[in-house]
Amino acid sequence: MTDASAGANAELQALADKVVAQAGPGEQLEAYVSRGGHTEVRVYQGEVEHFVSAQSEGIGVRVIRDGRTGFAYAGTLDPSAVDEVLAEARDNVTFGTVDEWAGLAEPDGVAPTRQTLWNDDLASYATEAKIAMAKELERLTLATDARIRVDDANYADAWGEVAVSTTTGIRETGQENGCYVQVSTLADDGDETQTGFGFSVGRNPDDLDLGRASVDAADRATRLLGATKPPSKRLTVVLDPFVTAQFLGVISSTLNGESVVKGRSLFRDRLGEQVAADAVTLVDDPTDVHAYTATDVDGEGLAARRNVLIEEGALLQFVHSSYSARRAGTTSTGNATRGGFAGTPGVGCLALALRPGTRSQAELVAGVDDGLLVQSVSGLHSGVNPISGDFSTGASGMLINGGELGAPVRELTIASTLQRMLLDVLEVGGDVDWLPMRAAGVTLVIGDVMMSGA
Amino acid sequence: MPLVIDHDICERVLSTAMRTGVDFAEIYGEDKRSTSAGLDDGRVEQVNSGRERGAGIRVVAGETTGFAHTSDLTESGLIAAAEAAAAAARQGGGGTRTVALTRSSHQPSNDVQRYPDTISKSAKVELLTRIDEAARAAGAAIVQVSAGYGDSRKRVLVANSDGLLADDEVVRCLLRISAVADGDTGLQTGYESMGHTIGFEVFDTVDVESLAGDAARQAITKLQARAAPSGSMPVVIKHGTGGVLFHEACGHGLEADHVAKGASVYAGKTGELVASPLVTVVDDGTMAGEWGTLTIDDEGHPTQRNTLIEDGVLTDYMWDFLRSRKDGRSPSGNGRRQSYMHLPMVRMTNTFVLDGESAPDDIVRSTEKGVYVARLGGGQVNTASGDFVFGMTEAYLIEEGEITAPLREANLIGNGPQALRDIDAVGSDFAMGGPGTCGKDGQGVPVGTGQPTLRVSAMTIGGTAA
Repeated sequence: MTDASAGANAELQALADKVVAQAGPGEQLEAYVSRGGHTEVRVYQGEVEHFVSAQSEGIGVRVIRDGRTGFAYAGTLDPSAVDEVLAEARDNVTFGTVDEWAGLAEPDGVAPTRQTLWNDDLASYATEAKIAMAKELERLTLATDARIRVDDANYADAWGEVAVSTTTGIRETGQENGCYVQVSTLADDGDETQTGFGFSVGRNPDDLDLGRASVDAADRATRLLGATKPPSKRLTVVLDPFVTAQFLGVISSTLNGESVVKGRSLFRDRLGEQVAADAVTLVDDPTDVHAYTATDVDGEGLAARRNVLIEEGALLQFVHSSYSARRAGTTSTGNATRGGFAGTPGVGCLALALRPGTRSQAELVAGVDDGLLVQSVSGLHSGVNPISGDFSTGASGMLINGGELGAPVRELTIASTLQRMLLDVLEVGGDVDWLPMRAAGVTLVIGDVMMSGA
Repeated sequence: MPLVIDHDICERVLSTAMRTGVDFAEIYGEDKRSTSAGLDDGRVEQVNSGRERGAGIRVVAGETTGFAHTSDLTESGLIAAAEAAAAAARQGGGGTRTVALTRSSHQPSNDVQRYPDTISKSAKVELLTRIDEAARAAGAAIVQVSAGYGDSRKRVLVANSDGLLADDEVVRCLLRISAVADGDTGLQTGYESMGHTIGFEVFDTVDVESLAGDAARQAITKLQARAAPSGSMPVVIKHGTGGVLFHEACGHGLEADHVAKGASVYAGKTGELVASPLVTVVDDGTMAGEWGTLTIDDEGHPTQRNTLIEDGVLTDYMWDFLRSRKDGRSPSGNGRRQSYMHLPMVRMTNTFVLDGESAPDDIVRSTEKGVYVARLGGGQVNTASGDFVFGMTEAYLIEEGEITAPLREANLIGNGPQALRDIDAVGSDFAMGGPGTCGKDGQGVPVGTGQPTLRVSAMTIGGTAA
């Protein structure tokens, strides 16, 4: 951490401390102050289509009194607005229901793992270099294949710093930045158009792999050309790492301690039981610096930590914030989430990953007699219900026949239930891929899934 | 009503932006106050208040748009943002241009009778406790209820270097209810919501108990549900619940930005038959009180009623201001943005299908075997290939012309142009649906949808039953 950044953090912490110092008798106060910015360069046909340079800041204040909670926020750190936020939060307290478990996090003695999530090279990266990178990405992508057009090529970076202080003794700051490139493609063969995308993420512009992003984007689009709607049948699916990461995102909500205590998780009564195949070991580890969402502390300022949730198929624990933990009679696992200053803490996995196996995607495909390599899914928000477990999504990909990749297929769905899919996992690949999401990608083979088509 | 940013300051800030020889500059100012309250597990968990105030400044030079935003609405703060946006857009050049603004004749107008910020928080919280009671009263199987209330009052201002100055005030109220039922088959969920661009008086006419009862009934009914079928069959969609099909099957594909980049299956199809002649699709931002309604869009132009598909023929796309300005045509009032921190783009408002002539009951009765969708969830589309999905959150089998067994949730998948051609019956019972949030390029905006009962002769149902 540089001196300049330490100074910025100290300024935010001082502001948070100042609010918390105004706590009255019998009043718990939490101030969450953040500041951040992003740059976004979009290139189209060799020109900058847009260049966005933006900064924002704000404060959220939570007040707890007599078991009632109130909250208010403002998208500014202007002193008069900060005073207004505190007054509003205090007013809001009176309308809540008394909740014996309401309260802020208390320091639990777990020291945060200090990771390097800030990169000075990125912070000082020149605007011209960002534009050049987006233009180069478009050029590389167009050069991959004559059938490829580029819908847009993007470079983006973001930085954020945060301070949280509470009357219970929490005082934490954090600071991070990151960048990525992303390209969207269109492939035409005269009759139809298919789309693809590719990206690369890093904490440093040098980490970004433009070649890989361009090749992925071209391959994803061109290999779907000529795709047809397949007949319906049960088969084995091989999920591409990007799809697996989205699948883990859905699974994570079933392991949410707040859903469990409120009776909304399908695993609520299953602690200690075998809920998945032996091949499944699922770990939430925001202290792994490779994770895009790595963090030192959670949304309440407690140390983020490594938690094994499912070990060789057995459900070991749920993730908790201090609130859900109090209700469940356990301790926080450091899994409070927070969507910035405008929200109150929730509960969730922070950086989920399956323990990888050893084989490559090609080796896994070679072992499947009748299957589908799922390249993309759509409608995860509309066809998957993490409370009932029903799972149905639109998909596209390639059929697998006798261990060989066959015809491309689209306009199909794959369906099962979350409960069955975890038990039907046949193998986890060795190809872990860190993505700009809360879960890592890896190839995943799941048996007995219904494919619906014609 | 005072402007979010003074007239004179707008002129000076725009003149500063234009001083660098760019082609166009725009200020979007916003001052929004919101209140929300959440009830879960029988408790009002908390009441939240929010304040967001700031301006986004857009500067266009040639093909390049520069954009910066600030929460500092002083003249110096705005000038700094204007200089940043201009620097981002500039490709050389120079020169001087002053900007003189004329306030639009479209004065801000709404029919709000009771501004939500004048209503006590206890009255808002009371709505939630009534919902909780009504949903739990629907049956012993209901084990969990959560309900959310939200309102917002937003003043906006748009000023641009063409001399436009327009302002408006937008007031919205929203309720969401979700219920969980527990039975031998596990947990099931039900969901209802209502949202209107109107004041708190909306709750004088909306029966929140009945809305809560509907959410609970959905969850209880689904405890008896069987697995949805797998494969292609006719789908009948109940009125007022299936507008999202058109939002996905053609709405996004008719947005001029996708069309211009050749990333829409509807590009170059104006004047052609793209749907069943039974289908007329309209996007209308002027409908009184609807969730996607606006007096002016977020580029300062009046919203209007735009017919997109008439009797199956594609009549026009939806446009934002910059693209219509470039093409020398009038804007359609579809330039929208999530907030002052976002660039505007082409978006839908309220998108719906007009009434046909079939009796809704006859549509079901004439379906030998199929699926009756009583409530749709969200959807997603790939505008370039036209493939789209949408979820069915309440659905039943149709057997021999009768609605029979409830079905578990699943997605349906189809291809936009094919699904539009396959509509073989359109009912005469038009209704608008619940409030939606449309996501595009990372921005969410409120949209409305609606349609009469109708039938698609074949769609793929993504269930697990043979």
